[in-house]
Amino acid sequence: MKKLKEFIIEKAIFLSGSLSIIFVVLIFVFLVKEGVLFFKYVPPKDFLMGNNWYPLSTPEQFGMLPLILGSLLVTIGSMLISIPLGVACAFYIAEVVNPKFKDILKTGVELLAAIPSVVIGFVGMITLVPWVKSIFNLPTGLTALSGSIMLAFMAMPTIVSIAEDAITAVPRRYKEAALALGATHWQAMYKVIIVAAAPGIFAAVMLGVGRVIGETMAVMMITGNAAVIPHTFLEPVRTLTATIAAEMGESIRGSNHYYALFVVGIILFIITFIINFVADVFLHRIKK
Amino acid sequence: MNSRVSQKIAFTVLFLSALVTILPVLLIIVVIVKNGISAISWEFLTAAPTNGMRSGGIFPAIVGTFYLALGATAISLPLGVMGGIYLSEYSKDNMFTRILKLGIVNLAGVPSIVYGLFGLSLFVIYLKFGVSLISGCLTLAIMELPSIITATQAALHSVPRSFREVSLSLGATKWQTIRHSVLPHALPGIITGAVLSNARITGETAPILFTVAAFYLPHLPSSVLDQVMALPYHLYVISTQIPGISKSTTYGTALVLIVFTLSLNLFGIILRTYLRRQKKW
Repeated sequence: MKKLKEFIIEKAIFLSGSLSIIFVVLIFVFLVKEGVLFFKYVPPKDFLMGNNWYPLSTPEQFGMLPLILGSLLVTIGSMLISIPLGVACAFYIAEVVNPKFKDILKTGVELLAAIPSVVIGFVGMITLVPWVKSIFNLPTGLTALSGSIMLAFMAMPTIVSIAEDAITAVPRRYKEAALALGATHWQAMYKVIIVAAAPGIFAAVMLGVGRVIGETMAVMMITGNAAVIPHTFLEPVRTLTATIAAEMGESIRGSNHYYALFVVGIILFIITFIINFVADVFLHRIKK
Repeated sequence: MNSRVSQKIAFTVLFLSALVTILPVLLIIVVIVKNGISAISWEFLTAAPTNGMRSGGIFPAIVGTFYLALGATAISLPLGVMGGIYLSEYSKDNMFTRILKLGIVNLAGVPSIVYGLFGLSLFVIYLKFGVSLISGCLTLAIMELPSIITATQAALHSVPRSFREVSLSLGATKWQTIRHSVLPHALPGIITGAVLSNARITGETAPILFTVAAFYLPHLPSSVLDQVMALPYHLYVISTQIPGISKSTTYGTALVLIVFTLSLNLFGIILRTYLRRQKKW
């Protein structure tokens, strides 16, 4: 009897253990299930390379290029801000700060991650957007720049905590050897430690990119939601995520528009899958 | 340049970077508290919205968010803990475990809006749950799963090997060992992980957009197949789609939401710090 009970428990544990794989597969299958019908009507080339996203006009046009470029622009902008800032912050926490304040700083970074994206979007809308508008003298402050700035802060917790782990994981003797040879602490940091921690920092950046590409609410509220090909940071853009969130509610179930939004979801899924895979490979390398 | 001077400059720059990273948190909190506190009243917290959501309270949204967070965690906690036990105690260093870990990493990295699409496709349409509390809870539960698995695995991992060896050498079976000698010591860590992941999903908007959230629903749900209002979605709606709403109402809603998530988070973080100090081995 006892044996049987234990057998059942262990099988249940194994099953729960496999759930993660099952769910990843399920997510993909159910996105494809809805999305695949789309390509019956629209050739993939028109979809990926088309310049116009007019899902509600007749004839409807589903050119995804403006959305891809919108996501790309916002991601590049936010990374330009958050990579230098985040890595510097990670170095400060790992190497420089008085240990007494270390926990406070780490808690602060964690709390930044805890603020819901809709709140960040709301605060950005009310504070940052009017500033951008008046500083650059624009017709609207809802621009790729505003989105990039807010997203940079949302990527920061990921970048800082993973980069900090990577820096802390660098063997002590590397630093000690550098110091013994007469290097200052700073020289040891930027000539020795950063090199040893590079794969981990790269993984941190990748995961930060993944975080930013997948971010939805804040982007939708701040970037202006104009599905046109952007030329500068000071124009409104629309990202892949915001398109799904904004249009799914008004699309008719079973219409081309509805299927198209699922295809956008599949593309997002594949992008983040690749990013996470690459980051994981680099993190795995450090552990060895 | 003198190397001491350049170190001074470099460290100042690093300090400023850390400051720029942390300050926005304080700034956001201060701005919301300062503008939102005047809206908070007994009526605001306990009444339904009225007048096209321009006045009245946010009670249905608070209750909806509470149900969603509780329901999601109730589903995800047992599955996540068992998944964590499998990874920490049973899994071998082989290809399957590699794939499993990759699965967890990817599940954690799936964009929140894609979870929304998935929930729509599987729960709302395929399983015919409709736009309902149960669809929302299940979607959020899957989203919460990877962080609970990871937290459980880490908590179990920190229990010393010798605990297991002693129990096994006394003739206990593998499951008895886990159940009585390992799990109790890992429990605080697991609870902390659950609190923190619960805090995270409380603020999620995108996954509930198409699976559960109601634009305006002034009464409380009577079954799991009902729609509910939720705080994050309500904040989105009133701040973008209701013209002429008073600023203090939106700030007040944002305030209630961040009090929800930040207090859960702070509780989790403090619990964790405290437990780390308590550890006897």
